[in-house]
Amino acid sequence: MNTKINRIVLSLGVLVVLLIGYGCKPKGPATVTTGDAASKVYVAPGQYDEFYNIVSGGFNGQMAIYGIPSGRLFKILPVFSVFPESGYGYSEETKPMLNTSHGFVPWDDLHHIALSTTKGEHDGRWAFGNGNNTPRVARVDLTTFRTAEILEIPNSGGNHSSPFITENTEYLVAGTRFSVPMGENRDVPISSYKENFKGSISFIKVNPETGRMNIEFQLRTPGFNYDLSRAGKGPSHGWFFFSCYNTEQAYTLLEQNASRNDKDFIMAVNWKKAEEYLAQGKGKKEKAKYAHNVYDEKTHMATSTMLDEVTVLDVMEFPDIVYFIPCPKSPHGCDVDPSGEYIVGSGKLAALMPVFSFSKFQTAIQQKDYEGDFSGIPVIRYEAALHGEVKKPGLGPLHTEFDANGNAYTSFFVSSEIVKWNVKTLEILDRVPTYYSIGHLSVPGGPTAKPHGKYVIAYNKITKDRYLPTGPELTQSAQLYSIEGDKMQLLLDFPTTGEPHYAEAIPASLIRDKSVKIYPIEHNEHPYAAKGEKMARVERKGKEVHVYMTAIRSHLTPDNIEGIRVGDEVYFHVTNLEQDWDVPHGFAIKGATNAEILIMPGETQTLKWEPKEVGVIPFYCTDFCSALHQEMSGYARVSPANSNTPIKFSTGDTGGQK
Amino acid sequence: MKYLLIIPLMLLLACGQQQTDSTTEATGAPLGGGQSTVKDETSEPDVVRVAVGSADHTTLVTALKAASYVDALSNAGPFTVFAPTNAAFEKLPAGTVEGLLKPESKEALQNILEYHVYVGVINEEFVRDGMTFNQVNLDNVTLNKSDDGKMTVNGANVLGKVKASNGVVYVIDAVLLPPDKK
Repeated sequence: MNTKINRIVLSLGVLVVLLIGYGCKPKGPATVTTGDAASKVYVAPGQYDEFYNIVSGGFNGQMAIYGIPSGRLFKILPVFSVFPESGYGYSEETKPMLNTSHGFVPWDDLHHIALSTTKGEHDGRWAFGNGNNTPRVARVDLTTFRTAEILEIPNSGGNHSSPFITENTEYLVAGTRFSVPMGENRDVPISSYKENFKGSISFIKVNPETGRMNIEFQLRTPGFNYDLSRAGKGPSHGWFFFSCYNTEQAYTLLEQNASRNDKDFIMAVNWKKAEEYLAQGKGKKEKAKYAHNVYDEKTHMATSTMLDEVTVLDVMEFPDIVYFIPCPKSPHGCDVDPSGEYIVGSGKLAALMPVFSFSKFQTAIQQKDYEGDFSGIPVIRYEAALHGEVKKPGLGPLHTEFDANGNAYTSFFVSSEIVKWNVKTLEILDRVPTYYSIGHLSVPGGPTAKPHGKYVIAYNKITKDRYLPTGPELTQSAQLYSIEGDKMQLLLDFPTTGEPHYAEAIPASLIRDKSVKIYPIEHNEHPYAAKGEKMARVERKGKEVHVYMTAIRSHLTPDNIEGIRVGDEVYFHVTNLEQDWDVPHGFAIKGATNAEILIMPGETQTLKWEPKEVGVIPFYCTDFCSALHQEMSGYARVSPANSNTPIKFSTGDTGGQK
Repeated sequence: MKYLLIIPLMLLLACGQQQTDSTTEATGAPLGGGQSTVKDETSEPDVVRVAVGSADHTTLVTALKAASYVDALSNAGPFTVFAPTNAAFEKLPAGTVEGLLKPESKEALQNILEYHVYVGVINEEFVRDGMTFNQVNLDNVTLNKSDDGKMTVNGANVLGKVKASNGVVYVIDAVLLPPDKK
């Protein structure tokens, strides 16, 4: 089978070479796969992929789960955005997940993924994601592939440098992209940026057992833009590194005004030092309003709690928490290699890439080898912290991932390529084009202490002619390259949903066997659960009508409901009585102004319905559950607002008719 | 209950494994096995696993395998299976079962087994005396229910009921024989 494909691909490859050789330019997009590319990405029907690829959805506010090497899409996982397909953000249980200090916010811009680690290595427990617009972080449980928790970030103008994590998932960070006025006096002229605008970096503690997040402390930092970050590891564990741009402190036309300096900064944060100050009680409590939303798998519902305080350390008062390392020029990526010794700054407007040495940086601190200060914070002398520069690597370096063999892979937006180079020798080893304008890239385990290697995946911003056109808006394109040989090899293009920014890939073996199949019905603690058809009922409480409904192949109980009146608020609390893997039921009713709900086996979910007209209204199961799915339906009778029709409900009651 | 089922489940899986061993790759995923070979030790057992787990239904299970209906009945269904016990099969004239299990009798065997299966869940609570149900083979069975709730199907006594993930199994004391085709 494989050899046959090899032969076909080989002969195709030969054909392409021949065509090029004869000077015939192939029409359409460039095709540069060669040799056995097809067999390397072919996952036979019924076979599993080797890696999960957990990909941010950017402006769709979701994550998407793909298989690598096949590029097959398995799941769209709603995080910060409502998802009518499952009822996320529409069901009464999930609405609180999207609550914020601004009220219900049904959308966000999810940029970065961070997978939990233990001792610097993937542990397959949680995936974290950031909300860039209304600053938030989310935790996804990798046993259910559901959003388990969302924490709003106060004192932030946009949560971009987030949610990068420390070696043992002690902390994840949330650095503000935009500096803003903070504290009591926020009504200030925009032109007072230098005096009044501040940065803020939140350190979010993660409970090692439950994964629960809380803002342990915030660092108040100088006012400029915080872009990306990475935690130290190994020898640099205890430190965090943030790329900063707009050290010019421009507040208008940043395109021009924030790119004037030849260097900006990488901000190095000694978070263990910050912990010491906190332990000494040096943190200041400040008022701040932010929402903390948690989904409970036993009650099958989310609760939103509004919190009102954060602990702040102003780095200007504690200058040994933070140091600046000069970095050319408007750095974007700030990536730490697997050994923890090297920190790669990707000055997106620079023609070279500096690689800093953690040990040299430590020596520079000891010797106070500073070139000055910024707002009282020491600025390390560039050369004192520098391991070396990658010269002329390409145009527009953005992000760097690593393999286990000392190599780095950097994406170049402007020159649309991935460049492989050696971290120690800084020698450029290989370069491959991407189609087109690559943003982030991902090597399985690439940000960890133990990369799994094998592939690098490019997430491109521009697709143009790579796929059949679909009007002005095109799918975003991912591309898979083998990095097993000395030279990178393009294997596959695959379309993605939303606009992927960062993604991580993790061996399937770390997640697959922990995947939840059903929710045990005996553990269902939903207050409106009907844990058996005998418990199905309809109750009126004033204007509210609560339907305790059950769903099992292939009927809903009750399926005849009377006594609902125009103007009522009807809550369909549907419990899926199935205890069988992959048998969800759905529920929808005509005229509902929200969505459907999908109910997993053993779960209860609630759809609110406000009937506006008199009539008999059908409802039905929306998920093709069984051979009698089309039969899985019922009727709700709606009487006039002033009627006396009594509440009545049944299933299978044919009034004695055979 | 769950533990009792593990052994037959393993047998089932082992059975599926034999077919796929030669083609299974390093990732260990299934390839080409039917729905009955899905590895799932968490879900409630389906009608097939209920039958496999019962010492009184070995003949029925043998027949289901001979008729190639193990995968079909592992489907989402839902099914109502009238499951004759081993003793029920023994009541048939000598040699009947052996004859049906022969490859050349497969269609006849399938017809008989189809006559024991209704697509849909029959809940005895809603059964009224004399109700008829059209079975998979398109012939009707008649359910009778006495005042004390005892149920029969075509005169065979219902001895017990086991709920399954994809339907319900009614254990009966006689094999249901479909009417002769006209």
